[in-house]
Amino acid sequence: MEKCIYFYFEIKQQNVAAEKYCPIKWQYLDCDKYKQTEMKPIRKENEFDVIIVGGGITGVGTARDCALRGLKALLLERFDFATGATGRNHGLLHSGARYAVTDEESATECIRENMILRRVARHCVEEHDGLFISLPEDDINYQTTFVEACRKAGIRADVIDPRQARIMEPSVNPALIGAVRVPDGSVDPFRLSTANVIDAREHGAVVKTYSEVVSLIRDGQRIIGVTVFNHYTHQTEEFYAPLTINAGGIWGHGIAAKVGIRVDMFPAKGSLLIFGHRVNNMVLNRCRKPANADILVPGDTVCVIGTTSSRVPFEECDHLSVTADEVDLLLSEGMKLAPELATTRILRAYAGVRPLVAADNDPSGRNISRGIVLMDHATRDGVEGFATITGGKLMTYRLMAEWATDLACRKLGVDKKCTTMTEPLPGSREEEVKTTARHHDMKPHVEASAFYRHGERAAKIDARNDLDTSLVCECEGVTVGEINYAVNELHVHSLVDLRKRTRLGMGTCQAEMCACRAAGIMGEALGCGHKAQDDLRSFLNERWKGVEPVAWGDTLRESEYSQWVYNAVCGME
Amino acid sequence: MNTTNDNNFEQCLKCSVCTVYCPVLEVNPLYPGPKQAGPDGERLRLKGAAFYDEALKYCLNCKRCEVACPSGVKIGDIIQLAKIKYSKKKPGLRENMLANTDFMGSLATKMAPVVNLSVGFKPVKMVMDSLFKIDAHRTFPSYASQTFEKWFRKNAASRQDEFPHHVTFFHGCYINYNYPQLGKDMVKVLNALGYGVHLMENEKCCGVALMSNGLIDKAKRQAEGNVENIRRSVKVDRREVIGASSTCIFTMRDEYPHILGVDNADVRDSINLATRFIYRLLDEGRVQLRFKKDYKAAIAYHTPCHMEKLGWSIYSTSLLRMIPGVKLTVLESHCCGIGGTYGFKKENYATSQAIGAPLFRQIETSGVDFVSTDCETCKWQIEMSTSLKVKHPISVLAEALDVEATFRLNSR
Repeated sequence: MEKCIYFYFEIKQQNVAAEKYCPIKWQYLDCDKYKQTEMKPIRKENEFDVIIVGGGITGVGTARDCALRGLKALLLERFDFATGATGRNHGLLHSGARYAVTDEESATECIRENMILRRVARHCVEEHDGLFISLPEDDINYQTTFVEACRKAGIRADVIDPRQARIMEPSVNPALIGAVRVPDGSVDPFRLSTANVIDAREHGAVVKTYSEVVSLIRDGQRIIGVTVFNHYTHQTEEFYAPLTINAGGIWGHGIAAKVGIRVDMFPAKGSLLIFGHRVNNMVLNRCRKPANADILVPGDTVCVIGTTSSRVPFEECDHLSVTADEVDLLLSEGMKLAPELATTRILRAYAGVRPLVAADNDPSGRNISRGIVLMDHATRDGVEGFATITGGKLMTYRLMAEWATDLACRKLGVDKKCTTMTEPLPGSREEEVKTTARHHDMKPHVEASAFYRHGERAAKIDARNDLDTSLVCECEGVTVGEINYAVNELHVHSLVDLRKRTRLGMGTCQAEMCACRAAGIMGEALGCGHKAQDDLRSFLNERWKGVEPVAWGDTLRESEYSQWVYNAVCGME
Repeated sequence: MNTTNDNNFEQCLKCSVCTVYCPVLEVNPLYPGPKQAGPDGERLRLKGAAFYDEALKYCLNCKRCEVACPSGVKIGDIIQLAKIKYSKKKPGLRENMLANTDFMGSLATKMAPVVNLSVGFKPVKMVMDSLFKIDAHRTFPSYASQTFEKWFRKNAASRQDEFPHHVTFFHGCYINYNYPQLGKDMVKVLNALGYGVHLMENEKCCGVALMSNGLIDKAKRQAEGNVENIRRSVKVDRREVIGASSTCIFTMRDEYPHILGVDNADVRDSINLATRFIYRLLDEGRVQLRFKKDYKAAIAYHTPCHMEKLGWSIYSTSLLRMIPGVKLTVLESHCCGIGGTYGFKKENYATSQAIGAPLFRQIETSGVDFVSTDCETCKWQIEMSTSLKVKHPISVLAEALDVEATFRLNSR
């Protein structure tokens, strides 16, 4: 007999024994009064099967998996999707090779998920492979250890001649003495998050951004819902579900702490630099034990070098900044992978916090397993209706979601198998855009950019007239039509959200040309010019925050020019 | 082939001033404009060839964007290199005909009267229009029955060693096959200044038409040959190389290293335009000019795009201003629209004329006797599109100089 936790509240009010209500069949099973009586469920709008807290990739992935398995899911995110670690990493489609020697479990998970994402998230993934290079200062014997470990984990690893490596990837340090080719690639975390959100919603999930969980509603030893503060409406709401899944990443620590549960996280900050264009076309790694700044990932129009690793206090997780020392380290190490980086323009610096689950005595966090941790707080802490999914990586988000959803199904008595390893995400379902109305002036590179970002969903972008096809962001080829699509359908509340859906302002000029245009469109959509102006101001400040640590050379010239445009021409302060 | 390697496109600040100076963008909305086609597009093309836009073919390589750019981005070069690297359109018969100026020229001069008559003949024009997509409004410059080289060997070569100073003259295809008179004028002027004129042993077309028509390998071979010849002239014979055509000179100085990857760094400074060469001699007091008393002309000088890029029109206009009887109007710098062979192509005709229209209006209302310019294709376009004739500044000099007196001054 399943315990009834479904309409726990109403049942309590009706003084019906909660234990005798079946959550799935919508009827009382064992209650004298209601025995065998079919009950029409009176579901309120704020009642769900499962509440997922956190709109990072794990949260959106879990929401999608739950929705695909027929659960009514609510996804709550305090700001926007992919605001934390999800959007603050390399965007590396790990083959797992990096962990093969030190963390076999993680490596095995990575390669399996790598192959799955290539199929189901085609439009978010670039399959360009990667090289693990040995430089004269590296121990070439490590290569043998590395290749063996890769093969053991099921990762294809081909030792190639250094000369061949230079032909395959001309930007690589010509001094290399060894190279191994592995199936690395890159993945766009924003696109991946958005695709998961779209699919979750299309399968009935309710998605709320800017909705911060302020407390968990507790009934005895059971979590029955959450209290949420909406940052836009400034209202507090309550939502109920028999299961709440904490997918808050590093912030999951704080969410669990609200009910006195300890989830020991290890906030390891990692800083990265974005370069102005793709210097390399294959991922470049150092063939040595994972260390600082030894991965260079090409992704979309840019490439990213990272990362550093240092423990930070929890209070800092919301206000990360990149230090001058970190920039120096990233540059000096990065140049060893690809010397051309020395003369390449740096667009910005950023940092994220790895949601590592703490282990003892590891000040940098490098040795902590990247393995997935699923905690059922009923068995762990004696609190029913609450689980935490954490650890893992962007690469293994789907598996994390699968585990969390499996647990939800078990608890709710639903017998549905996971399908996310075979079911393509929206955007990755068709080879091309099927569309009827295309304006004759649509430039091929603009059309190609839209398809690159949205896959077959680019068909939803209006391109019927001159206005639709006008460029807003010239660097990345974002049109008015694409902005409108994002604003109308992809939970866009601000220019920063818009950036993550479209790449607006992520190009060379860092929003110098497009921010003002996009703010105009947003102002119309929001129906308020003042709000749009404030938003524009905070967007430009957000852009400057990333530019500031690397503000020299052309990057500084550019930001000076931007400042002149917005200050002197637009009259902003 | 170094524009991407040296990350030059990253210097772009997105100020967009290049789009304002692009003559094509103003009249043809199909062209994405220099910023998008150049530095913006380059970033996207690094993702993959799918981001290449065939509309880059509308660029006429005037380089006005580069002149306008305050950040020193080689926008025109980026676009040319992208066309070479990504374009899937292979050069056809028309491109081969237009591009192989040497081959066509040597054939046509042999039967110049027939060729000239027939290409000017309306039915032939219609056939060329429909078959080769060479616009029927266009008239090909007529071919000379004797090439300049032939004339030079027969009539001038023997006495060139007698002069105290020497230069190598890169005549180019136009002078050789179409308009030997300009070559003759050049020899006359230089000789009057005390300079003996010598030709290269095996001059090849500079290759600009080959490049713009996508025949890169051939252009590169010719460039290598020419640089070899130039090197011999400069290093062994100690003779500077000068030419009359601003485009030939610009191509050999800048397009060779930038577009074709042919290194000319050791001799680049010794490749010079005739008017600049002469002006500098005058400026240094090494030669003097004496003009005819009765020469009178009202002249409008048109700045060709590649002169704008070289920054050298000041030399030509200053020379013309030295002639006492000349009233010189310098036209507002504006592309004439021809872009070498660009304007001859049927699909570009309308764009070409629309680009040139403001220039043609300026010329028609200027009230001058004739127009002067350093570029032969600008000459054709202006003669095809206005009522005035066009003369090269060297020809004007040749007409206005008192050759005997000048020679006496300079041989003292």
